[in-house]
Amino acid sequence: MMTIVFSVAILGALAAVFGLGLGYAGIKFQVPEDERVALVRSILPGANCGGCGYPGCDSLAAAIAAGDAAVNACPVGGDECAASIAEVMGVKAVTFEKKAAFVKCGGSKLNSKYNYEYAGLNSCLAASQLSNGGAKACRYGCIGAGSCANACKFGAVTFNNGLAVIDPEKCTACGLCVSACPKNLVELVPVKSAYKVRCSSADNGKTVRANCSAGCIGCKICEKACGAGAIKVENFLAKIDYEKCTNCGECAKKCPNKTIEATAV
Amino acid sequence: MHTLMIFWSAVLVNNFVMSRFLGICPFLGVSKKVETAAGMGIAVTFVMALASAVTYIVYNYMLVPLNLDFLYNIAFILIIASLVQLVEMFIKKSSPALYQALGVYLPLITTNCAVLGVTVINKQEGYNFVVSVVNGVGAALGFSLAIILMAGIRERIAKNDILPHFLDFPITLLTAGLMSIAFLGFSNLIKL
Repeated sequence: MMTIVFSVAILGALAAVFGLGLGYAGIKFQVPEDERVALVRSILPGANCGGCGYPGCDSLAAAIAAGDAAVNACPVGGDECAASIAEVMGVKAVTFEKKAAFVKCGGSKLNSKYNYEYAGLNSCLAASQLSNGGAKACRYGCIGAGSCANACKFGAVTFNNGLAVIDPEKCTACGLCVSACPKNLVELVPVKSAYKVRCSSADNGKTVRANCSAGCIGCKICEKACGAGAIKVENFLAKIDYEKCTNCGECAKKCPNKTIEATAV
Repeated sequence: MHTLMIFWSAVLVNNFVMSRFLGICPFLGVSKKVETAAGMGIAVTFVMALASAVTYIVYNYMLVPLNLDFLYNIAFILIIASLVQLVEMFIKKSSPALYQALGVYLPLITTNCAVLGVTVINKQEGYNFVVSVVNGVGAALGFSLAIILMAGIRERIAKNDILPHFLDFPITLLTAGLMSIAFLGFSNLIKL
């Protein structure tokens, strides 16, 4: 009987002493935390994708609360997320245009020429070190070794006959694929812009035609067709200014190689 | 001399990770970078040294006189948990970066069997206060040595071309096994 009493008493006394000690240490070692960090963190999507440039949502929340990052720094959360965070931080939300990554190349195995078969590492960077910058005859085109798909944490990249295609529905515009592509083919484009140039080649029309049947030959037909003055052809390559583009579709209708084509909105 | 022998035995011959297979969880979990592994080693050293001292006092001056020595497991766990809590508060205050890097493994030192192991071994072997603390520090340094070596190896492995099937944990476990065999080489170094 006494054993039980002593056991309880001793363990109770030990626990009490340690508890008090820890309580004291807790006050002594207290770290003042900004309560906005937790609030911002609860608004963020929590995917920890790193698309904002910070290691995870926790660090972004800390950076936003400290004023080091903008309230709309999270590319995944979009407008709603930015507005809620702005409310917490007490600043006005900046409107946030939803973007999606787009591969500026239309050359798949079906419509473009290959100089050789690439059978090396599954890395575009490795493939791009080879002669002519990869197996494709066009040295600007998509290599298709999958670096962007490996970088994507949302499964938005698929391959269509050796050409990377990004699903704008799944894309969160985190930008990981943009930095993964050694050919700089991926660009973040506003989702509402339906017409994009699916080519990045700066070669002249004759060379492009020889290498790929989907490439931009720099014929300037789209430039003339565009009523809004949104298209400029430079270095034999059409470029659409998405701010001016009215989504009228005239350029796509007249493009001889169907380089400019309406993509899913 | 005997104390020194016990120290080296705890560091090399009876290395907690490599020979006794205790404390494997943080050994595999926090050994990706040498820096965090060293931080873990320091935290474990602190906890083990203090735990050895405090458990010795509690066991010999509180539990044994009251014939409550069967309570040693619960009492030791209580002591270790409190010490880990203290270390966690201290690290959070003094080094937020290390706190971030250690993450969940910091509170998990509580369940690091190496810490409970060293206190129970101290009790079983009947070490006195000084030897207990020396054994605790030795065991912790052995743990630190193992985890830092492992982190160094893993940092190099990460840059190598490894079969996809062996990536990450399989290759780490293989490495741990080879390291353990290497540590067998110390087995006749010290005869206690």
